[in-house]
Amino acid sequence: MAFSLLVWFAIWEVVGQLDLVSLLPPFSEVITAFPEVVSSGTFADAAWITLQAFLIGMGLSFAIGIGVGMLMGTSRAVGSVMGMWVNIFESSPLTAIVPALMALLGFGLETMIVTVFLFSVWVIALDTQVGVERVNPSLVEMGRSFGATKRVLYSRIVLHAALPELLAGIRLGLIRGLKGVIIGQLLIAVLGVGYLFELYSRNFLMPEFWALLIILFTFAFMASEAVAYFERKVAFYASSR
Amino acid sequence: MTDRASITSEPGVGAPAADGRDPAVRIVDLVKEFPGGVRALGGLTFDVPRGELTSIIGPSGCGKTTTLKIIGGLVDATSGRVDVDGVPVTGPGPDRAFVFQDFALMPWATVLRNVAFGLELRGLPREEREDIARAYVDKVGLSGFEDSYPHQLSGGMRQRVGLARALAVDADILLMDEPFASVDEQIRRQFQDDLLRLLSDENKTVIFVTHSIEEAVYVSDQVVLLTRGPSSVSKVVRPGVDRSGSSDEIRRDPAYLDWVEQIWHELRGYLER
Repeated sequence: MAFSLLVWFAIWEVVGQLDLVSLLPPFSEVITAFPEVVSSGTFADAAWITLQAFLIGMGLSFAIGIGVGMLMGTSRAVGSVMGMWVNIFESSPLTAIVPALMALLGFGLETMIVTVFLFSVWVIALDTQVGVERVNPSLVEMGRSFGATKRVLYSRIVLHAALPELLAGIRLGLIRGLKGVIIGQLLIAVLGVGYLFELYSRNFLMPEFWALLIILFTFAFMASEAVAYFERKVAFYASSR
Repeated sequence: MTDRASITSEPGVGAPAADGRDPAVRIVDLVKEFPGGVRALGGLTFDVPRGELTSIIGPSGCGKTTTLKIIGGLVDATSGRVDVDGVPVTGPGPDRAFVFQDFALMPWATVLRNVAFGLELRGLPREEREDIARAYVDKVGLSGFEDSYPHQLSGGMRQRVGLARALAVDADILLMDEPFASVDEQIRRQFQDDLLRLLSDENKTVIFVTHSIEEAVYVSDQVVLLTRGPSSVSKVVRPGVDRSGSSDEIRRDPAYLDWVEQIWHELRGYLER
């Protein structure tokens, strides 16, 4: 991976130096822009409010998505009542409702939190449902036969057995939540990292723009890799349940 | 050795256990209908003598496993009764432990934790339950594999884990659902002998579902033959094979072979229909 990055950064540098596209400054300029971007007070504020919206929104998504997904996976009635809607929202272009959210909730944190939530909750619910449905029924019977209560059955057996799908849902949810927070902020345009993007591109500060983008990419990549790490840890039993 | 005359002629009446005590499990007129009106059990009645191994055998789809799950309290009967020590079964209980056909091991847990899981659910402190589990891991011949995971074990070894887990909770009654069905023949024979050896110093009542006649005759004190669904008890027999010899001697014993043949004739009637 390091090699691939080096090659592409080298190509970027060359293309940048040739000054072919005004959008693309040399990579070295982007590097030098990093400290400026990171040390500015606007960045700290933007990062903080973005992180807040992201974490609160994801927290809600985990709680509600996993809860609803488990209900959908265990109860046929809930599955059929909710299934269609979760699928529709999962595949719908939710960006379109962000302006409506702004009208409803204003230009603040609430709108961003709800955007993150709406972007990420569906895939988490669907993957949890799939995971729960794939739990070996004899594992559940085993738990019951040794006297597990419903609560213990879910916490120690079902949730654990559904972990491979659950983590896949969480990883996809994290990525979508991150898209949600940025798209929300770009549309709101007065807050957070979205505002910074607006600011940099309007004033044609391309090195700063790219530096910010790389910071964001790195964050998204690390978040997704952290979950993927746990996914790999449980992958061995996805096929042997 | 019991002779042939000990076959009870009327279906549904179990031969009395050797010592004439109350049965450990009494099954009376058990009926199970699945949603959609499929009738699996059409009124089963038989007794399971205490301290013995009773096999349930019959054509596939005759409701053997369903019967076992009703005894285990995992499935509700449509009507009829299962009494364990004279008390009607309403759900799973600590007096019964289940061994599953597909092992039902938690793939994310080590052998030791799997074996200790029944005790974990009963709230035993970790140290205590792991000591007990370790002893049973050793008893089933898996010492050294305590920290292995199920996917690292062979099918036979996995079922030993399932057996150790059921023994560890020290239930009086062991319910075994085709425990050797997913294990290959050589290991299966070895396993049958191990099971008999383990049970000889555990004093448990065992109900054992199998589709193998040889296996039923080899391991059982009593064999319950079921008819095809909606099933009823066709016969209850007590082979009483003399187990003083070696495994190979028993399998060549004319009495053993005779029982296998008799049960085969009885079951063939249902297969040909």
